[in-house]
Amino acid sequence: MSRSTTWRRRRQVREGGIAALFLAPSLLVFGVFFFYPIGRIVYLGFFQQNQTRTRQRYVGVEQYAEVLTGEEFTEGLRTTLEYVLLTVPAGLVLGVLLAVAANRRLRGIKVFHTIFSSTVATSVAVASIVWLVLINPTVGYFEVDWLRDPDMALFGVSLSSIWQNLGLTFIVVLAGLQAIPVELDEAATVDGMSPARRFFTVTLPLLSPTLLFLVVVLTVFAFQAFAQIDILTEGGPAGATETLVFKIFKQQQGGDVGEGSVMAVGLFAVTLLAALGQFLLLERRVHYGSDRR
Amino acid sequence: MSDLTVEPVGPSLGAVPSTRRPGRRRRLLKNAAWYVLLSALSVIVLFPVWMILMRAISQPISYLSAGQPPRPVDPEWDVFQRAFTQGDLGRRLTTSAVVTVIITVAQVSTAVLAAYAFAFLRFPFRRTMFVVFMATLMLPIEVTLIANVETIRTFGWFNSYQGLAAPFLASAFGTFLVRQGFLGIPDDLRDAAELDGFGHLGFLWNVAIPVTRPIIASFAVISFLSAWNQYLWPRAIVTREAWDTIQIALPKFASENINELNLGFAAAIIAAVPILLILVFFQRHLIRGLTAGAVKG
Repeated sequence: MSRSTTWRRRRQVREGGIAALFLAPSLLVFGVFFFYPIGRIVYLGFFQQNQTRTRQRYVGVEQYAEVLTGEEFTEGLRTTLEYVLLTVPAGLVLGVLLAVAANRRLRGIKVFHTIFSSTVATSVAVASIVWLVLINPTVGYFEVDWLRDPDMALFGVSLSSIWQNLGLTFIVVLAGLQAIPVELDEAATVDGMSPARRFFTVTLPLLSPTLLFLVVVLTVFAFQAFAQIDILTEGGPAGATETLVFKIFKQQQGGDVGEGSVMAVGLFAVTLLAALGQFLLLERRVHYGSDRR
Repeated sequence: MSDLTVEPVGPSLGAVPSTRRPGRRRRLLKNAAWYVLLSALSVIVLFPVWMILMRAISQPISYLSAGQPPRPVDPEWDVFQRAFTQGDLGRRLTTSAVVTVIITVAQVSTAVLAAYAFAFLRFPFRRTMFVVFMATLMLPIEVTLIANVETIRTFGWFNSYQGLAAPFLASAFGTFLVRQGFLGIPDDLRDAAELDGFGHLGFLWNVAIPVTRPIIASFAVISFLSAWNQYLWPRAIVTREAWDTIQIALPKFASENINELNLGFAAAIIAAVPILLILVFFQRHLIRGLTAGAVKG
């Protein structure tokens, strides 16, 4: 064996040790509060608990079959997916629009940057209170009471999310835009490309990792939506805005823990599938920089 | 320590400097058009905030009867003070601030370390481990809620800082973001650092972190904001009102004072101010080039 391979191997072992050290803090947290609980929830899904949660009875996989095909779960899932469709594309497009508009050399541009990022200063609770008023027919600006209309309530709730996410989307896209070397854009300008063509052939491909990141983040946000529903509609009218998370919370608070656990497992499976699909679909189009194409 | 943030250059430093009059006039017109567009967008983005501010400071009944104009009506400036004392907001803000600082510091530290391992170290099952990390992105507190509440009950951590913070001390989100930044560091820079005799800690501290500081800073802010905005988790594990975070207290306070909604709005504004200050303070780090310094330097 040559000297260089021995050296390389020794180096690799040392790197493995450092890696273990660097990953350990995260892994500890993930183990206790992410991976143990998912196992625990899968386990709890096999049991039925009594009213006071002091005893549990094994009911087996039938509880999964029953809950996952039941109306409560499928309705919750449909509402959740609707919420993703209502918030993610709109949020992304608006964020890119704002960032592209504000990514230029102008005196005082920082004022606009502050304004466009300002909605991140609002929490879900604050945004919900704001939109509760905005879309209220008596004290707000619309004549229809969206939050009390089963067909429109989720849309009404989504407005608050889209608006609240705008700041984060703007910040991330702008950061992505500004990471693109100015020289590339200037070269394209010198080559006589129109601004629109420059955007689609130079900017957008280089921005794709940022956009992939945002699609994933916004989708996760939509799947997790809870506070805005809790505050704006409390799941109503007639359960029209009860997302899966809302239903899980209801079960945790005073419902059936076993049933809630099955729903949580279902939610997990769905989010996993959604994320996988997004990665597979989008990763082909993502540009990670010239040295690792 | 060198500052890698690139300050924006003045408008005169355009791509093609032109001293001819028609070109300059066209540029002025073009800039004016951008100002108009940006201002219009600003009005749209800020309208909800402005509206809540007007409703907070205006006398509620006068404001309604005046037809809810975009200006204050019979302003009552003591509304903020009243909201602050009546809602015990000092206490809620302190609870939120302590939890948020704990979470942010922990998340940035753990994410930078993990991101470094994924970007620069060779170890067995690296790809698998990365997938494991990213899988936690699909395991939000909403999914694991039922079991995590159980864990916190077992630890006896209801109504405590450790209970509020514990599940959020690591972040796949941050690991992903910082790793992206680390991967953007050119190989030349790594080779140069190696030639200079930097070990891993030296490279991490003296090169990788400074070069990706804008990304790390923007993650820190995002982490801070999401910690501040926690709603479901505190709602599930806070059982005594004394431990209510500001987010939990806000809607409660607003619905308790349904006849004086201006109090609720004032409380909402007070809750947003600390974050707004942080945002303004950190703006320089968020904006202007994630890799500008490293790529050009």
